[in-house]
Amino acid sequence: MEETVNLYYQGSYSQDNEIQVVAFNLGKEEYAVDILNVQDINRLLDITRVPRSESYIEGIVNLRGNIIPIINLHKRFNLQSEGNEEDKRIIVFQFNDLKVGIIVDEVSEVLHLKKEDIEETGKVYSSINAEHIKGIAKVNNRLLILLDLLKIMEQ
Amino acid sequence: MKMDMSQYLDVFLEESKEHLGSLNQCLLELEKDSGNIDALNEIFRAAHTLKGMSSTMGFDDVADLTHHMENVLSDLKEGVLPVNSSVIDTIFQCFDRLQMIIDKIEVNGSGTMDNTDLINILENIKTGNFEAAATVEQEISTLTSISTGGDSSYQDSFAFNEYDITVLKEAVSRNFKIYNIKVAIDQGCLMKSVRAFMVFKAVEEDGEVIKSLPSAQDLDEGKFKSNFEIFVISTATAQDLEKRLGNISETSILYIQEINVESLNAQSNSRRNSDDNSSKPSSNNPDSSRSHKVKHTVRVDIDRLDNLMNLVGELVMHKGRLEQIGFSNNIDELNETIEQIDRISTDLQSVVMKVRMVPIEQVFNRFPRMVRDLARDLNKEVEFLIEGRETELDRTVIDEIGDPLVHLLRNAIDHGLESSQERLRKGKLQKGTVILRARHEGNNVYIEVEDDGGGIDTDEIITKAVDKGILTTREAEQLSREEAIELLFNPGFSTANNITDISGRGVGLDVVKTKIESLSGEIFVDSKPGQGTRFRIKLPLTLAIIQALMVSVQDEIYAIPLSSVDETTMITTSDIKMVQNQEVIMLRGSVLPLYRLGDLLSVPGQSQVDDMYVVVVRKAERQIGLVVDILIGQQEIVIKSLGRLLGGIPGLAGAIVAGDGHVRLILDITTLF
Repeated sequence: MEETVNLYYQGSYSQDNEIQVVAFNLGKEEYAVDILNVQDINRLLDITRVPRSESYIEGIVNLRGNIIPIINLHKRFNLQSEGNEEDKRIIVFQFNDLKVGIIVDEVSEVLHLKKEDIEETGKVYSSINAEHIKGIAKVNNRLLILLDLLKIMEQ
Repeated sequence: MKMDMSQYLDVFLEESKEHLGSLNQCLLELEKDSGNIDALNEIFRAAHTLKGMSSTMGFDDVADLTHHMENVLSDLKEGVLPVNSSVIDTIFQCFDRLQMIIDKIEVNGSGTMDNTDLINILENIKTGNFEAAATVEQEISTLTSISTGGDSSYQDSFAFNEYDITVLKEAVSRNFKIYNIKVAIDQGCLMKSVRAFMVFKAVEEDGEVIKSLPSAQDLDEGKFKSNFEIFVISTATAQDLEKRLGNISETSILYIQEINVESLNAQSNSRRNSDDNSSKPSSNNPDSSRSHKVKHTVRVDIDRLDNLMNLVGELVMHKGRLEQIGFSNNIDELNETIEQIDRISTDLQSVVMKVRMVPIEQVFNRFPRMVRDLARDLNKEVEFLIEGRETELDRTVIDEIGDPLVHLLRNAIDHGLESSQERLRKGKLQKGTVILRARHEGNNVYIEVEDDGGGIDTDEIITKAVDKGILTTREAEQLSREEAIELLFNPGFSTANNITDISGRGVGLDVVKTKIESLSGEIFVDSKPGQGTRFRIKLPLTLAIIQALMVSVQDEIYAIPLSSVDETTMITTSDIKMVQNQEVIMLRGSVLPLYRLGDLLSVPGQSQVDDMYVVVVRKAERQIGLVVDILIGQQEIVIKSLGRLLGGIPGLAGAIVAGDGHVRLILDITTLF
């Protein structure tokens, strides 16, 4: 009895101290978002253009009966598109009642990040403004930029 | 018996609002006619229910305030206090306070508020007639309980639904009395259920057990500790019952209380617990109880209805796809089946649509009070008439239409109606009239706000518009009366010379217009100088499923709601003429301005076709030709919202998922140009 309680405690501790992220490429940089916000990863679906919308809105798609707006972060942050067309993916996020997709050049993997490996943004050299970034994580020799998508969406 | 009340919070809020609504309405009636006993009774009843509900839910401030209100109300009812304007004003204030608390509860989940000020006023009103008030109270107290000891409150332990109450009232009218009896069974008793049975038996000699706690079944199976409570209607006196029950061995009576039926609460939430008992009393008087059967309704979360609507929408969409397949394959059997499905899905759709319909009364009911207060503040006399309050509208529209109407009514009273002196000078009735009217017409609902005031002064509008730089003097000279009135909807336009806090803060009719357009509606104004103004709002019956015309420009396909399409026609490039840099065609003798959909929506590429189609659409009673490449056809579509991120783009009303899985956009004609 005592032991199970302990195990459970350790388990939840490690969960608290670690987050799972989906890592992806945008231009030449590597980004990541919390997996809890990711609803779906899809190939480029048929995107319907939305006239009179902001230029970085790529359009809308039908994802299992839901209409989901797709944001083109390349256009939003003036990034160069890299990689093959067939590697491109749409990552669909859900924040409360808001669902939105972004186009990424390639989805690389799902990673566990330790909280202590994540630095709050001080000086970050990335193409995306510091205000849209939650932090930066060092994993092996890679730098992952943690995006604050909600902030990007709200502007 | 502390239960988790949070799940009932929604029901409580909903019902409280309804009660407050009817309180306001009845008090207005009472104000008009102080001898209206029905209105007073209704107020009393609603206040009482509110008190019971709030104390059950633990909102003591609401309960306390309503309790004091009730004291004054009962004096009014007994004729001890006169119904005068100061009393009515105080009660109105109480309603406002209750509304505030309930709003607070809705937001925070708890609502505490210091109401001592109002309670003091209520007390003062009451003690103004102290002697008389005291006797009435005594009467009430004798009615409420003949207690033989015991402090348990029956309201805590028993919950009655409306059906029970009806039965109880019926019983009282037949000279039955209602008792709450608590019986303890001796510790050592081996056959508790037998003792319980004997108690029931003894009581039922000249009465009926309405309810018991624990339930009759549990008592029967001995599933209870040492005591139980029963609720009894009986012709016997409390003393008789006491004597009779005292003879049963191994039991003792804890108390017998006589209950006043008025003090019971209808608690619909407890219906589940009481179901197994409620069938019993009907055996006594089956006919009378059946005649009291209330119409059964269910409160449903609007989200579930939306869900249902979505599913029906999906069904309609796939039905469309099936029809296409049937058409291209031409198999008789298949087509017959599709026809059946078509019929059923149409029926289903109309049923679901009806479920979502709510009478507009819900919105209208709060206006008489508002108009009264406004008229008072502005020192105007207003006769306020409501017509067609039973007109039904989609729930989503009902939720949104309130604010625009508030705006229009305020405008009508503040700007529309002249002051009393001015009206007399003009030879009009001193009392101004404002009419709020709703009616069905085809697939639309019209809501009108009409006043018999001074009408819209177009000269004043034009001067203002020129002052504000909306118009040049030259443009102003060419303006027709209609166009001048249209200026009212210009953002930042207000004609009121003196800015009051009622209307005329510069956020006026343009907001109303935007709101109504967001509901796919339109607003029109007619105004005759010196005779009055009428605002007409046209709204679609439902926003969920509509008929649309599918058109294409280049590779893009759009849906145009059929309700805004007048006709379609085919033209060639040579038919197009230029008038003042504007493409037009002649359509049956009149000039029709043309807009190319491709240009309006910046569709990439250029149309190379010579033959094109013109969709003649109607915007605010004006016809406009919309040039498209191809007419695809008419379709039933299910509107989906574009969501928060893309909402509010002019010209777009929403999106649909077409039969082939593609997303298509729906055009909003009112905001497209």
